[in-house]
Amino acid sequence: MHKLVVFALAALAPLACSRGGQSGTERTVIQNKGSDTLVNVAQAWAEAYAVIDGNVAVAVTGGGSGTGISAMINGTVDIANASRRMKAEEIAAVKSNGINPVEFVVGIDALAVFVHPDNPLSEFSIESLRQIYGEGGTFETWSQLGVTVPGCASDEIVRVSRQNNSGTYAYFRKAIVDGDFKLGSRDMHGSKDVVDLVGSTPCAIGYSGLAYATDRVKMPCIKKGDGACIAPSRTTASDGSYPIARPLLMYTRGKPQGAVKAYLDWILSDQGQCIIRDKGYAPASPVSCA
Amino acid sequence: MRSTTQTQAPDARGVAWYLDKAMAYLVFGAGVSAILLIVGIFVFITKEGVGFVWDTVDLGQFFGSPAWRPTSDTPQYGALALIAGTASVTGLAMLIAVPFSLGAAIYIAEFAGGTQREALKILIELLAAIPSVVWGFIGLSVLNPLIIEWFDVPVGLGILNAGVILGLMAAPIMTTIAEDALRAVPDGYREAAEAMGATRWQVTWRVVLPGAKNGLTAAILLGVGRGFGETMAVLMASGHAVQLPDGVFDSVRALTATIAAELGETAVGSDHYQALFTLGILLFVVTFAINLTADLVVRGISNKD
Repeated sequence: MHKLVVFALAALAPLACSRGGQSGTERTVIQNKGSDTLVNVAQAWAEAYAVIDGNVAVAVTGGGSGTGISAMINGTVDIANASRRMKAEEIAAVKSNGINPVEFVVGIDALAVFVHPDNPLSEFSIESLRQIYGEGGTFETWSQLGVTVPGCASDEIVRVSRQNNSGTYAYFRKAIVDGDFKLGSRDMHGSKDVVDLVGSTPCAIGYSGLAYATDRVKMPCIKKGDGACIAPSRTTASDGSYPIARPLLMYTRGKPQGAVKAYLDWILSDQGQCIIRDKGYAPASPVSCA
Repeated sequence: MRSTTQTQAPDARGVAWYLDKAMAYLVFGAGVSAILLIVGIFVFITKEGVGFVWDTVDLGQFFGSPAWRPTSDTPQYGALALIAGTASVTGLAMLIAVPFSLGAAIYIAEFAGGTQREALKILIELLAAIPSVVWGFIGLSVLNPLIIEWFDVPVGLGILNAGVILGLMAAPIMTTIAEDALRAVPDGYREAAEAMGATRWQVTWRVVLPGAKNGLTAAILLGVGRGFGETMAVLMASGHAVQLPDGVFDSVRALTATIAAELGETAVGSDHYQALFTLGILLFVVTFAINLTADLVVRGISNKD
């Protein structure tokens, strides 16, 4: 029975978290929520901005792009972070509340595919990824790709994916899978969990934002059609040569004003853009960093 | 003020009288609050989910398809894999917990004596107090590498892991209830059997267990209900993969885990949100049925006595 109370709490949680709004003093709180890909960057921005304007506090929460966009529809955030564009019905849902979501591109990510370091494969084509992840795809074992992975006795490809409200999941579905995912992938709740699981599982393959890469996983290069195989990096993401690069976005409720506007202007300034660069993503436009 | 007051001394409206009334209302309120809460919760989840059941979902798809893809371009709400996930984990948990808890209950009720019995009872109740997230953590960080090492499978998160964890979680409660059921068998039965020359085990097997049959069934059913509704530990230990399992090492996703992982992140009132509440209704109905059956089974014994 007490489980039902948990459901009820879970349903109320987004409402409860966001109403911390104004505290007694003149301090303005900007609620910022969404993409797990962006959460570390958003946190770094919030911390750096606290030094610049002590009267503004930015409260950052992750959870996934879908979480941020849902919170925008439910009216509980000022800025929603997303690693995918809003869908037409989501924009319609926000508009039905009388608010026009405005999109800002705050950086560019190279969506990286990860395998275990012992995996001999160092390149993937979009097509082979589709055969691994997509419904109806035929690749179930590593030997079908022509390799034997040391430490992976079962030869099974262990697909690691993300929970279904993740923007990375949605982008991967659109850019690679082009249809629905095969059932049976392990759906992780965060990019870090994906990297951890792939790093400890020789049979595994996973994907996430470039900034989550560690030296415990290997990032193969990605080939589209007959093109060259391009390794994911900040450079290949910003010059557009990496085939699965995507914009990182922030959405505001209507045209930003006041503290929200000042914050976004600062994010898009050289200072803000150098922070996202340091976190491993490409800046939205070329910048010169110290 | 009238002279009759003298003859009605017991009804004097002093402080104690008002206190008595106040306490009576207070405990009445506490007593019916459970009814109000359960009705309130049922109305709430039904209200949120029923529109979906009525308008959107195809029940054939809901119960017949394993494809749970609520955020797809063509959303699919098949709960079969989730139901299979919950059922397989709970099933395995019961296979583990039933022999353990019945064995423990029989030992404590029939064989252990004095301090040993008291110590065991306290320890088992302590075991029941371990938070489920701690169990989940044990599954994730202790059982997972062990399963990988022992069985040479790529990932140790799956039915086996979640089933073992859930079995260990359900066993203490089942032990406590089963022990109560065994203790409820009148000592006269045991004495009569012993007088006829039965050994300790013969008494237990032939007399006490049949006598406590209903209570033991109720203990098992409550364990099943516990397993069905458990969320956190299953979320962490099951691998969270939507698929129809075909072996104990396969990762699965439970109904509860799906709600926990997705509900906070959907737009209120959207189809996905309502679909999760439909899963909630399903869980509610099933656990309600299990608990009601357990309750009726227990009533069964008291009527006979």
